Order: sequence, then C-alpha cells, then structure tokens
Amino acid sequence: MDIFLQLVASGFLVGGIYALIALGFVLIYKATNIINFATGEFMMIGAYIFYSLTVYLNLSPLLSFPLVVAGAALLGAIVERLILRHMLGRPNISIVMVTIGLSSILLGVAEMIWGSSFRSFPPLFPRKPIIIGEIVLRSNLFYGFILAMAVVAIFLIIFKYARVGVAMRATANDQTAAFSMGINVKSIFTLSWAFGAIAASLGGIIIGNVGGVQPTLGHIGLKIFPIVILGGLDSILGAVLGGLLVGILENLAGGYLDPYFHGGVKDLAPFVVLIIILMIKPYGLFGTRELERL
Amino acid sequence: MRIGDFKATYATDQAIFDSPTSKFWMGVFFVLLAIFPFVAGDYLLFMANLTGITIIGAVGLNILTGFAGQISLGHAAFIGVGGYAAAILATRFNLPFMVCLPLSGLIAAGFGIIVGGPSLRLKGLYLCIATLSAQLILEFVFVHWESVTGGIRGINLAPPEIFGIILDNDFKFYFLTLPLVILCVTAARNLFRTRVGRAFIAIRDRDISAELMGISLVRYKTYAFALSSFMAGISGCLWVNFLKTVTPEHFPLLESVRYLAMIIVGGLGSILGSIFGALFMVIVPEAIKSVLGLLVDIFPTAMSFLFPLQQVIFGLLIVTFLVFEPHGLAEIWRRIKNYFRLWPFEH
Repeated sequence: MDIFLQLVASGFLVGGIYALIALGFVLIYKATNIINFATGEFMMIGAYIFYSLTVYLNLSPLLSFPLVVAGAALLGAIVERLILRHMLGRPNISIVMVTIGLSSILLGVAEMIWGSSFRSFPPLFPRKPIIIGEIVLRSNLFYGFILAMAVVAIFLIIFKYARVGVAMRATANDQTAAFSMGINVKSIFTLSWAFGAIAASLGGIIIGNVGGVQPTLGHIGLKIFPIVILGGLDSILGAVLGGLLVGILENLAGGYLDPYFHGGVKDLAPFVVLIIILMIKPYGLFGTRELERL
Repeated sequence: MRIGDFKATYATDQAIFDSPTSKFWMGVFFVLLAIFPFVAGDYLLFMANLTGITIIGAVGLNILTGFAGQISLGHAAFIGVGGYAAAILATRFNLPFMVCLPLSGLIAAGFGIIVGGPSLRLKGLYLCIATLSAQLILEFVFVHWESVTGGIRGINLAPPEIFGIILDNDFKFYFLTLPLVILCVTAARNLFRTRVGRAFIAIRDRDISAELMGISLVRYKTYAFALSSFMAGISGCLWVNFLKTVTPEHFPLLESVRYLAMIIVGGLGSILGSIFGALFMVIVPEAIKSVLGLLVDIFPTAMSFLFPLQQVIFGLLIVTFLVFEPHGLAEIWRRIKNYFRLWPFEH
C-alpha cells in the first residue's frame, strides 16, 4: 500500500508538469486547429535557453524566467508567422507534417548549438525532500509541480477574464463570428502560438530541472497525445486532468510492470490506454463529436 | 518532343504509356536500369538496392496516405513486422526465400488490418495519434518480446537463395530488387485504374460523399490498410534479407516520419512521386555526408555536425516543400516535361 501511495503521489506531481506541457499544445490546437508535433521541441528549446542564461551568463533564475518567456513567445510567433500562416486551409496531413518538420529543425539546431551531451541544471529549489506522512517526494518535483500549477492557473485566469483571453476563446468558438466582431483573428493565431510556446518552454524548464536536459528531451512531448485524448483536444481543464491521470498511470504501470518487461512499460502504458479509449470512443474521453456536413 | 499524337480509341487514351515518345523514353530508361549494375561500383549498387527497397515502402505508404487519405505514423512498424516475419520464417522454420517474401507481406497486411480495424472509425488527427501509438507499441514488442524477436540484438540470417543462386552481394541482389520494384510500381499504378483504386481516391476527397455513392468505407479503408502494409511487408522482407540482420533500431518513429516526408517531398497521391521521394530521401543524407567529408580538412570537427545537420535539412525540406510546392517533385517533373513537350515550339 505504501508503494502504491508513493507511486500515485509522485505520478500526480509529474502529471502536473505534463499538464503544463499539454496546455502548450491545447492552446494552439484550440485557436488554430493545428496539431503541434513540435511542442516537445519548444519545451526542449525553452529548457536550453534557461540553462544557457543561468549557467553561461550567470543570471539569477528569477531574471531568467521572464527572459525565457519572452524568447519562447518570440519563437512561437515567428514560427506561426513564417510557416504556419501559409498552411491555413491546407489538409490535416500537410499541417501535421509541417510541425513534424519544424520539430526536426529545432532538434537539429539545438544539437548544433548545445551538443548532444546531457546537462543537469544548477539547483533551483531547496534540496530537502518533502515528507507527507509516509510519502517522500523529491523536492524538485514538488516545487516544479507547484510552479507548473501556478502557470496553469495564470493561463486559466487570462482565458477567463483578460480581454485577449476572451478574444482567443471567441476565435476558437467561431472564427467567422469572431472576425465580424472586430477581433483580429490573424493576430490571435500568432498570439496562441506565442502562448503555446511559453507554456511548453516553462514546462521544459521544470522537466529539465528534474531530470536534466539533452536534445532528446522533446520526446516527452509525445506524451501529450495520450493526455489530450484523455482530456479532450480542446479543453484546458481537460489537459490538466489528462496530465495528472497520465502521470499517475505511467508511474503505476512503471512501478508494477517494469520488472516483468525489463523496463519501457512506463512510457508505453499511456499509449495502450489511448488505443483502448479510441476504440471505444473515437473522439476521446471528453472530446466533442465533430458534426460533418456536405 | 511529341507531335501528331491523336487518340482514336478509348484503349489508347487510357494506356499508361500513351504516346510513342513516352514508350521510347521508358524503353531507354529500362535499358539503362539493366546496364546499371554492370558499370556501377559497390557503393552505387548498395545505394541502388537501398533505394529500390525504399521505393516499395514509399509506394505502400502513398497508397494509404496519398491516395486513400489515411495518415499513418506507423509505416516503419509495418515494415518492421514484415522484416521480423521474414527473419523468423527463414531462421525458425527454414522456409525458402520465395515463400518468405509473400508470407511476410501477408503477415504485415494482417497486422495492417488489425491496426487499421479500430482506426476505421477514426479520422484525421485521431487516426494520426492512433497510428502513432501503434508504432510505439510495435516498437516495444520488437524490443521486449525477446524469445521471438531476439530483443535489441535482433536476428541474423543467411543470404537469400533463389533458384539455387545465393544472393550474397549487392550485384546479385540488384536483380531481385529491380523486378520487385517494377512489379510493385506497376501494380500500384494499375490499381488506380480499377474500382478499388478509384474508391480510395473518392474516400480521400470526401469520405461522406464516397459513402453516399455506395462505397463501403469500412471495406475500402481495410483494403487500403492491407495493401499498404503488404507492400511495407515486402519492403521489410527485402530490407532484412539485404542487410542479413534485423534489429529494432531499423524501425523507429523517425523512420515512419521519414517515409511520410518522402511521399510529401515526392508528391502525395502520385506513384511517380513515391519514386522521386524515395530517391531524394536516400540521396540527400548521403550528399550531406559527402559534403561534410570534404570539409573535414578545413574543419576537423565537421563530421560531428552530420546528424544535427541532417535533421535540420530534413525538416527544412519538409517545410519548404509543403509551403512552396505541396504537390512535390512529381509536379516539378510534370512542369519540366510539359515545357519540353512541344519544344522547341512555344505553343
């Protein structure tokens, strides 16, 4: 039972961080209907920029955070403006492939700049593990989780109350109607990419702080897919819920099944669940059924 | 140049090689293909075999994605299934190559139907995610089902033997690859002149309209998955017999993406495009390698940039083609051909 609780608790924390990364995906999907396969690479780039700022330039983490946010926003906006803008109205496969191509470019560039070796972050948080009852939690994970949840909350508040957020929701709801209400849909697209990149790169910093950073960090981005299938492609709260569920699920699967398969189950389990869900509910657990008319 | 080309019957209008000019050039092309192995060196022969095997895989994916409109991020895994099937049939059951080849195609097709089955209700992005999962799950099986697949060490097998000839070098293998490529390409080209192929195109263009016109979506999507995986299986079988070994590293997600990139760069929904794409994606990484090889004298560390540079160029190619030339190399080829059609006259 102790092991169970321990696995659930640490899975919950990891899941919170996944939720932030998934948010970076959902923000873009919601506004622009684009499946962003490069979310993981945005994450990795964010982590590397943070690493460079704190280690090479010796800036304090508090100063580095806003700089990474600015950098990520710029990257997201540039990518949207230069590449994705041309892809409006193209078939799904083209758009998916463009983001895959983008992820390949970002991966290659990161490897050229920072090399392929593994780097660990300087400590950001107090080292002392958090102990609740009999559960021991790694301090990096615990504070990372809190940070991730704070960022998610900020995004939720922006969406709920800020003018920009309302405009983004309106665009997601109905582009034509939003446009006729005077919302600049194009700049909303750019903004969504900027927001998506910010969320992903902040997630990257937190993940990088837990487990170090290397160019393949972006592979964690694949976990977004089980998360969004669980939580619904276009729901922000769904992303949070899905993130937490996937975190717990993979930790449990890893903890109990890995010994029998010589590892690897942890990363696979969410995808098996994903397939099962899709077989039963083709639009995901909370996804809205798309109505099609000729 | 072709002039005075009139069609009097439907048969001539529907012919694949519809004019004496195109027949002539195809003839020249086939003769060149036949002469090629006698003049080419080992390296070129190796690349030719590799390209041929890749072409079969790319044609398979283009049937599913380019013609039937079903995105698959799991193509490499199906090629892997074919490859493993071939290796296991040859080593465990001692079956001759000529039996292994169709069997591994059929086994891969079976897997295609299993994966495609649940995907029949899925569309677009959901299908994309489902095939991604299939890829990851199959990859896991290749690595972890050690008693059958040999785990990360994989399986080694003897060179294939056909009609008593052991195909133990690239030169001999070429004469296996070439006919198979021609067979697959011709079969695929003809497929889209039949009811099944036309149904695929109708499903791609608008699935609901296709269903209203009496095309059974379930049936034809299953056909598409089966046919595509069959070709993947054949390609996998050849690939494994060519390398004489099979390990899970040959079939990662990146390979699936590479195949998708091939058909996009070559041209979605074009058999010729699959060939161009495969050629392009085999040649470009080699070209990058040799260019970096030349730079080693000036920058001793140039080779360490090989992998990232390939990544960047690979990504740039996908993005550039999709943004500027979404119909791919096949479209560029068509334009060049049209320019020379009435050359040297302008109109």
